[in-house]
Amino acid sequence: MVADPKTLTHLERLEAESIHILREVVAECEKPVMLYSVGKDSAVMLHLARKAFYPSPPPFPLLHVDTTWKFRAMYELRDRMARESGMELLVYHNPEAQERGINPFDHGALHTDMWKTEGLKQALDKYGFDAAFGGARRDEEKSRAKERVFSFRSANHRWDPKNQRPELWNLYNARKNKGESIRVFPISNWTELDIWQYIQLNDVPIVPLYFADKRPTVERDGMLLMVDDDRFPLKPGEVPVERSIRFRTLGCYPLTGAVESEAKTLSEVIQETLLTTTSERQGRAIDKDAGGAGMEKKKQEGYF
Amino acid sequence: MTTVNAASDASVYKVEALIAEDIDAYLELHQHKTLLRFITCGSVDDGKSTLIGRLLYDSKMIFEDQLAALEADSKRVGTQGQEIDFALLVDGLAAEREQGITIDVAYRFFGTEKRKFIVADTPGHEQYTRNMVTGASTADLAVILIDARKGVLTQTRRHSYLAHLIGIRHIVLAVNKMDLVDYDQKVFDDIVADYRAFAESIGIRDFVAMPISGFKGDNITGLSPNTPWYRGPALMEHLETVEVDQVSDQAKPFRMPVQWVNRPNLDFRGFSGLIAAGTVKPGDKVRVLPSGKTSTVTRVVTMDGDLDAGVAGQSVTITLADEIDCSRGDVIAAADNPPQAADQFEATIVWMSDEEMLPGRPYWLKLGTQTVSASIQAPKYQVNVNTMEHLAAKTLELNAIGVANLSTDRNLVFEPYDDSRSLGGFILIDKITNATVAAGMLHFSLRRAQNVHWQATDISREHHAALKHQKPAVLWFTGLSGAGKSTIANLVEKKLARMNRHTFLLDGDNVRHGLNKDLGFTDADRVENIRRVGEVAKLMTDAGLIVITAFISPFRAERDMVRAMMAPGEFVEVHIDTPLAAAEARDVKGLYAKARSGQLKNFTGIDSPYEAPEDPEIHIDTTAMTAEEAADAIVARLIP
Repeated sequence: MVADPKTLTHLERLEAESIHILREVVAECEKPVMLYSVGKDSAVMLHLARKAFYPSPPPFPLLHVDTTWKFRAMYELRDRMARESGMELLVYHNPEAQERGINPFDHGALHTDMWKTEGLKQALDKYGFDAAFGGARRDEEKSRAKERVFSFRSANHRWDPKNQRPELWNLYNARKNKGESIRVFPISNWTELDIWQYIQLNDVPIVPLYFADKRPTVERDGMLLMVDDDRFPLKPGEVPVERSIRFRTLGCYPLTGAVESEAKTLSEVIQETLLTTTSERQGRAIDKDAGGAGMEKKKQEGYF
Repeated sequence: MTTVNAASDASVYKVEALIAEDIDAYLELHQHKTLLRFITCGSVDDGKSTLIGRLLYDSKMIFEDQLAALEADSKRVGTQGQEIDFALLVDGLAAEREQGITIDVAYRFFGTEKRKFIVADTPGHEQYTRNMVTGASTADLAVILIDARKGVLTQTRRHSYLAHLIGIRHIVLAVNKMDLVDYDQKVFDDIVADYRAFAESIGIRDFVAMPISGFKGDNITGLSPNTPWYRGPALMEHLETVEVDQVSDQAKPFRMPVQWVNRPNLDFRGFSGLIAAGTVKPGDKVRVLPSGKTSTVTRVVTMDGDLDAGVAGQSVTITLADEIDCSRGDVIAAADNPPQAADQFEATIVWMSDEEMLPGRPYWLKLGTQTVSASIQAPKYQVNVNTMEHLAAKTLELNAIGVANLSTDRNLVFEPYDDSRSLGGFILIDKITNATVAAGMLHFSLRRAQNVHWQATDISREHHAALKHQKPAVLWFTGLSGAGKSTIANLVEKKLARMNRHTFLLDGDNVRHGLNKDLGFTDADRVENIRRVGEVAKLMTDAGLIVITAFISPFRAERDMVRAMMAPGEFVEVHIDTPLAAAEARDVKGLYAKARSGQLKNFTGIDSPYEAPEDPEIHIDTTAMTAEEAADAIVARLIP
């Protein structure tokens, strides 16, 4: 017994909880996988997995459901992290989306639906994963606040918010019915600030796009878009302008709005985050469909 | 606009100034924050969501775009006229927003310089006991909200009872809406006195009462000038300073349920888990339960380097000096102060499923990292959560709380829930639907479990069987009433007797004349009927007999339970498969006619379900063969 009890910090407790969740899934599920989107939340989730199973590498593969439209810097970090963690990296492209040339410029909502929602379902079915870790957080959005850590999906990947299993103490029921799969959210209880602080304290590698730099941009519908490669169709008279920008959230580059910023270090990024007055997902076009219930509706249809 | 009191304005300003001027100093401050989990409970109109919305707002967790949406929503569907309706920030799912009520557990996050907070927002409706118990299970503290205009209500008593039941040590009585009673001290004092009398009666030793207004912001982040008679603390100050369970758990003896064995190569074998209590450091003597083997801790391993000591609340991997058996489900504990193991317990059970509890039916029981099969006896009593009265009960329905004995199929390492949430709290899982159907809290092991030992006898079951020159078995017939079970079973027994086999036929109707004459036909009684028949059949196989049973035995779970009782290979499930229409057309005993006319309740196939076997050892299609042919087929399968 130690005379002077050690009060764990909030980050130490969040870390312990996440590691506990990761280990429970590995102990109780047959074929888990980690959905890896290369964003900062994925980065933290991957880091936690490496800690949970150290000195073993995490005993499951990484799955990137790719749209082919991510930032180039994301693909670079993705490949590097797979090498460093000693994990297998699976990259999945929806063949139908590929064949039809679905892209964010011409196809709008269909782009996300086919590459991401359908692509994810296809990938999970193809490999027969029974549990998939995702980096969603409850503070991101109202419908996520009520989703369980172990969230069950029917055989056709639908979420039923009215029929969720109660989660008591740190006991998770991982038993599935035939055809069901589980989405597991190990960082459910983390906030955006927690993520940033953890990245800083643990030197978690993240995509450089989170830091401000001079980058070619155009402004459309009030969003600052980065011209990341020559597939970006410029409108007549549109000329990319160099601006010092960074990203608060990363997705497909034609759908992800940048903010003008001078924040070049983690401390400066956190400072800007804390002083900012718009919430994180605001930069993504995807949440704006269907008003306040947009994300809940997407999830019921099988979006992560 | 809303009134934000002066104290909170000042503190928000101070924080912003620090972030802007010296971000590193700010981050340094926030690295050392601790974590408090709490729940808020109150009735529908007590202002719970408003209070949480207020805490989020005052701690700057609402961003401008959310605030703009909130202002628009408030005008459209809000209940506060032109003012901001904080409740809208918190009520998440679409259906709930339309109904204007919170119906599930939602988790919210906010922080101050000293602490991060996770709030479980749980509803106050009668039918949602399960949500409150769920939210409370991880909480260090409970805020019980009372509407100052209404005082202590039935719901207040229920929430307090549940918070106490789930073992929350810190209770805050927040007398809300003080603005609507003109901040009258007498109103507050009367409510507190009322509550104190009740709290003491259910064993709540201590609570902190405070007069607040979630809507106006009084006594939330600072003391309000509207209640000069109140000395404090303000709600936020109390939340920031109260001791969390993670700290007090360290004073207890060491316990770590093993989650996973980490074996990257032959040179490393580590045991991973979340430390439930106490501390652990290299050199500590530990005991692995239930085997009781002892060893010494050599390392406390993490990716950031070995620790000098691991403490309650940390996820670690430890290595031991000796190569001893230890796997998932075992508990590593202080060698000189280990927990006990037992297989019979008394427990409080909170039923959480639409399907009522079936005494005798086996459920999966998960406690820590152990999963065992458990059956619960009929409750000793049910608790009326409004009056705390003990009521007689045969079963527990959704949201019912009761006390019952339960037994497990193997030893469970445990501690009483009062001593340890981790080793005393469990969930029950339905074996067929896989749903989490109940939560429970162990009180103590039954003396029976310690004092009744298995008496070894010299004539073994193998000896009994050898004397009879046969291999014991149970031919378990299942099928609808009138399917032909008894007829075919009788033929099978005659054929086996002619072959000099020692048999016994247990018939459904006959057993109900004696052993089971106290049982009716409710689901619970059907389960008990089959359990007893299973135990009798088991004794008969021990005696070397071939047992033939003819019972409808409609539920898969109970047939599987009997299967699990028998030695491997000795249970032979025989599905006498007759379509309902054919059985009803025969109606030998006239029972279908009675059931159809409503004179006979709970009749299998009519108003009670029959769950056909998925993969029986023998399947008899009675529309394709005679009873004689069926009997021959069964005998041929048993004695090739």
